[in-house]
Amino acid sequence: MSQSAKQPNRLAAGGCVDRNHTLNFTFNGQAYTGHPGDTLASALLANGVDLVNRSFKYSRPRGIVAAGSEEPNAVVQLGASEAAQVPNVRATQQALYEGLVAHSTNGWPDVQKDLMGWIGKLGAPFMPPGFYYKTFMAPASMWMTYEKYIRKTAGLGRSPTETDPDIYDHMSQHCDVLVIGAGPAGLAAALASARAGARVILADEQEAMGGSLLDSRECLDDRPAGQWIADALAELERLENVTLLPRTTANGYHDHNFVTLHERRTEHLADSAPSIEGRRQPRSRLHRVRAGQVVLATGAHERPLVYANNDVPGNLLAGAVSTYIRRYGVIPGRRLVLTTSNDHAYRAALDWLDAGHDVVAIADARETPDGELVEQARARGIRIIPGSAVIEASGSKRVTGARIARIDREAFKVIGPVETLDCDTIASSGGYSPVIHLASHTGARPSWNETILGFVPNTVKGVAAAGGARGIYPLADVLADGADAGAKAAASQGFEAVFETTALPRVPAIREGEACALYQVPHEKTTLRAPKQFVDLQNDVTAAAIELATREGFESIEHVKRYTAMGFGTDQGKLGNINGMAIAARCLGRSIPEVGTTVFRPNYTPVTFGAVVGRHCRELFDPERYTAMHQWHVEQGAEFEDVGQWKRPWYYPRHVNGRLESMHEAVVRECRAVRERVGILDASTLGKIDIQGPDAREFLGRVYTNKWAKLAPGRVRYGLMCKDDGMVMDDGTTSCLGENHFLMTTTSGGAAAVLEWLEMWHQTEWPELDVYFTSVTDHWATMTVTGPEARKPLAEITDIDLDRESFKFMDWREGNVADVPARVFRISFTGELAFEINVQANYAMHVWKTLFEHGDKYGLTPYGTETMHVLRAEKGFIIAGQDTDGSVTPEDLGMYWAIGYDKPFPWIGKRALSRSDTRRTDRKQLVGLRPADPAVVLQEGAQIVFDPQQAIPMTMVGHVTSSYYSPTLESGFALAVVKGGHQRLGETVYLPMADGTIHEAEIVGTQFVDPEGERQNV
Amino acid sequence: MFYIYCPYCEEHREEEEFHPKGQAHLARPEDPDACSDEEWGDYLFFRNNPRGIHHEMWVHALGCRKFFNITRHTVTYEILETYKMGEQPTITAETEASRPAATASSTDDRVSTETKGAQGVQA
Amino acid sequence: MSDIRQFQTHPEVDVATESPLAYSLQRSGAPAITSTSQVILRERPCLGHLILRGGAIVLDEALREVLGLSLPSQPHGLNHDASGERSVQWLAPDEWLLIVPGGEEFSLESQLRDVLGDSHVSIVNVSGGQTVIDIEGEMARAVLMKSSHYDVHPSAFPVGKGVTTGFAKTSAILRRPSASRWELVIRRSFADYLYRWLLDAGEEYGIGVER
Ligand SMILES: [Zn+2]
Repeated sequence: MSQSAKQPNRLAAGGCVDRNHTLNFTFNGQAYTGHPGDTLASALLANGVDLVNRSFKYSRPRGIVAAGSEEPNAVVQLGASEAAQVPNVRATQQALYEGLVAHSTNGWPDVQKDLMGWIGKLGAPFMPPGFYYKTFMAPASMWMTYEKYIRKTAGLGRSPTETDPDIYDHMSQHCDVLVIGAGPAGLAAALASARAGARVILADEQEAMGGSLLDSRECLDDRPAGQWIADALAELERLENVTLLPRTTANGYHDHNFVTLHERRTEHLADSAPSIEGRRQPRSRLHRVRAGQVVLATGAHERPLVYANNDVPGNLLAGAVSTYIRRYGVIPGRRLVLTTSNDHAYRAALDWLDAGHDVVAIADARETPDGELVEQARARGIRIIPGSAVIEASGSKRVTGARIARIDREAFKVIGPVETLDCDTIASSGGYSPVIHLASHTGARPSWNETILGFVPNTVKGVAAAGGARGIYPLADVLADGADAGAKAAASQGFEAVFETTALPRVPAIREGEACALYQVPHEKTTLRAPKQFVDLQNDVTAAAIELATREGFESIEHVKRYTAMGFGTDQGKLGNINGMAIAARCLGRSIPEVGTTVFRPNYTPVTFGAVVGRHCRELFDPERYTAMHQWHVEQGAEFEDVGQWKRPWYYPRHVNGRLESMHEAVVRECRAVRERVGILDASTLGKIDIQGPDAREFLGRVYTNKWAKLAPGRVRYGLMCKDDGMVMDDGTTSCLGENHFLMTTTSGGAAAVLEWLEMWHQTEWPELDVYFTSVTDHWATMTVTGPEARKPLAEITDIDLDRESFKFMDWREGNVADVPARVFRISFTGELAFEINVQANYAMHVWKTLFEHGDKYGLTPYGTETMHVLRAEKGFIIAGQDTDGSVTPEDLGMYWAIGYDKPFPWIGKRALSRSDTRRTDRKQLVGLRPADPAVVLQEGAQIVFDPQQAIPMTMVGHVTSSYYSPTLESGFALAVVKGGHQRLGETVYLPMADGTIHEAEIVGTQFVDPEGERQNV
Repeated sequence: MFYIYCPYCEEHREEEEFHPKGQAHLARPEDPDACSDEEWGDYLFFRNNPRGIHHEMWVHALGCRKFFNITRHTVTYEILETYKMGEQPTITAETEASRPAATASSTDDRVSTETKGAQGVQA
Repeated sequence: MSDIRQFQTHPEVDVATESPLAYSLQRSGAPAITSTSQVILRERPCLGHLILRGGAIVLDEALREVLGLSLPSQPHGLNHDASGERSVQWLAPDEWLLIVPGGEEFSLESQLRDVLGDSHVSIVNVSGGQTVIDIEGEMARAVLMKSSHYDVHPSAFPVGKGVTTGFAKTSAILRRPSASRWELVIRRSFADYLYRWLLDAGEEYGIGVER
């Protein structure tokens, strides 16, 4: 007793819910009960909750309309705690669980009494189509205010303000046949292709597989449909080549049969995914499926009829009425009026009657309905009113009556007297629209089929639609079509079909009368004066709005869509699109196929950001690349800088007098250590490419701007690399290891691109050159010991003769360092004496630590990338990608010494240097800048002008590329590109800043420290 | 997300493994110094952007690191062939134009490759 | 100096050695293997890795002579010697990966070069730059499906296959030396990221790490 009292609309028997168990939940703060097997929607209806939302624009009360993913109104905010908030959940797709907490998405602040209601009450003229564009257009400065208000009022749901405790992940799947939808067509397709031996994935968005069979009145092989579903699923589960994915929505169909499936793994259990043995389970999973063939068995959505006040709670789809009664044991009202254009919808009336409640009447738009279901209804004494339709619903928060009249569909007129019937529920059916969303995602346009009065998909290669998804509705035909599609899909993947049509279940044929075309129902008043007739319930688009749009000159359906917002957002036109097109077609005096359809876009239903992101978040957001000495840097308290994906020590702040150094203090200390004694840098991130082959030298000569013909083994050379447009792309040193053997280094960020660049030229232009390139970046760890005292610590642990005469600048030598075989390169990026030590990375930590054991007494100081930048900039050494940006030639950099103008082969970039544009004398050229105020460190990126007095907008003549404070100069200094800069040494330029200050600087040479290059030769 | 057949790996791989390198069959002029500025500019900067058949160079960057060419339809995004460096395409705008009009028809009544005019406005 | 400069990277005396995963095992830990572990990881550190490039015929002859191992000529082939300790894998039509017990790589390269003579080939020691991770267990394949878009179904990935493919947000070499064991060959600098990725992907399957 108590239960039925609590759930007034729950039938005593029937449906798939477990009445022996009760689940508690709350909706808008009110406690309710339901049963396992319920959706939130069925439980709300069982409890007699009519009002689930306020509408988007007019703030009208709204109730549940559908039973599946096409539900436009019952879109809720889920979550008992702040962290578990999930917006935009359709109540029809959310399984009920103990403790579920849901709120209406719209209807701020209160769904029963709504602040925005007044706008709706002012009526249509106040909010015509294009309302937002027109009303909130001006002044533009107010838009932010308007938008905030509109968004809050419209209530598109909200994201949690606390961290989501759940995890989500991705999984890649491959199959021969992906079947989307596990209704009769999908099950038959899956069986047919699985029996042929194909790898099959069957995905279905509902809590249970079976689709329309779950509430079917029909028998298969003389047994209730549920038993056939169970048998089919049992067989599929047994097959090793089949993956069943229930609660899984195919949300996007992408190129080349790539489909994203969103599997809700624990959403039906609780707010947050339960842990098993302390192991976190993903709440939902995005399957990324690459399928050989795709069978779209997505069924059809019923179209509601568009009549006045068709949005008042109590107006439902006819099919949804059947689903709630037969599947959930819920009767959504007491007195039903059905308005239909077809036979199929008669099931709702029969189911209603079977449930023991009154069917007041059926208004059938056809003059002489005569199918089998019509006969059944007639035989059971239901009043059928032919040639008629519900033209208007009465009531505000619940249907209280239906106004019915004879209509002339052709003339779009009410032609008879209006009769008002007392009822609380109006079920409507205007026919069925194949669910063609996925087929349309890659751009394929559907075609209008006049027989089924719907768009059917034109699928691209590798995809086929089956059953309702292509407008085939009688159950026997659907099963046969599904099996045929499944068998053909498997066969196309090389699996011989073994499916016999006799294996299909026997289904009694039901003779159906022809449906008629009816979309918007005429009213006694004109569309513009009649009460609102809703086309798109989620976006509050009315028939009048579409008519207005066409009158205002919007003729393309895509423009009508944008002007009215029809089919926008999470709805994607599931219920309203065809009706909207039909109305536009009528207003424009065209046919539906002439008007055409809009394009559907992924996602079919909303997907949480968690599922989109998967595990690519937080500490796994992006790869972090570590060098072999990373742990040491961490232990020394280094701050890190991202260089590409590398984590490089930026600086090493020390505790000085009980306080941690600032970055500035640390960098000053590190710079002084290198200029005065000795520092060490982890340079392992430099790209390194091993080059072997008799043509290696020739190849280097073609890809570098400078000469390589005479570089002897044992020697190193700096090289500059350009693209064929003459612009610098990378630089680095290359060592000659043997006559046919070189070791190239690249910038840390450019390693992969340079290797690909070399391969491209070799593979596509010069395959005749005998040369191979292999990355050895990770193989070698590199440490640079540099400073006037660099020899001292190194000499203690190496057998290499470090004497300046025997181991010259730009030489490399082999030997042992800390007992580890090493290659040591005497090259310098600091301007000081420097040794770059390469050892096999597995031994690098040993070498590094040994260097410190011996280096402490010499003040060996680790330095990071910031100090490296200061030291190299003081020497005018560029960083490709910082001081160059793809528009800078070697000549712009003043690096004429690195250009082999007379090399025999026309090396990459050479020809471009003689183009008229690269010959301009006013090109931006690299120069040094010395701020007039030594305390000023110019901003990198700051724009440069010659005349600070000129009017805004000023003529900008260049910008700062690198800028630091130099402890050596005790001043700020910068590198910059300035128009014609090489001819302007000594001139003054100005840098106007956003805050109004104007910095003054002198153009100087790029070498600030030791321009003679003596220091690296000590 | 394309599914691209690598002619060197001899199997299809996900688009993520490849880098597109632009228009195929662009030969670097033998003697760049003999090119006028305009000719050199054409080589550097000017590319075809056809509606329909397009030959493109890709590299299997995350796989075998080989460069190869594909023939792709820029409306349907269908990849009609892939071929190794040094080979010529068998499908070109010319061969397509000379094919009988009924190219889109299929032996399977379920499948239609007709997607002309499929350029919908992006939602 | 000869035309190609070979380099013995191994010290003659014992020095401290750190595999690419040494830091990660310490920082992220190594979850114990329990009776419910459905995935097990194991690093096989400090092996000898050589990249061979050149013509298949000459390299095949040289490899047969020196190691008694034939070069896989078909894409994605992976051959092992009788001991199972030495393997050679197709990476590209002119590129193979040779993995041998650590320390063998220098003498192996010398032997191969002796046999190859003047042939235009490239042999590059990359032993410090990569490491091998074994993945075993009934849910090993699920972890791979979470990590790579490559099809790891037995029908598409039989024993004796190896591919270079996308893995998490980087790339890796994925090999299947036996029905029950998978191998990942990963780059040193990405090792920590991939180790953390694998532990995370395997959490729901009770992943354990053998040390
Ligand atoms: Zn490939």
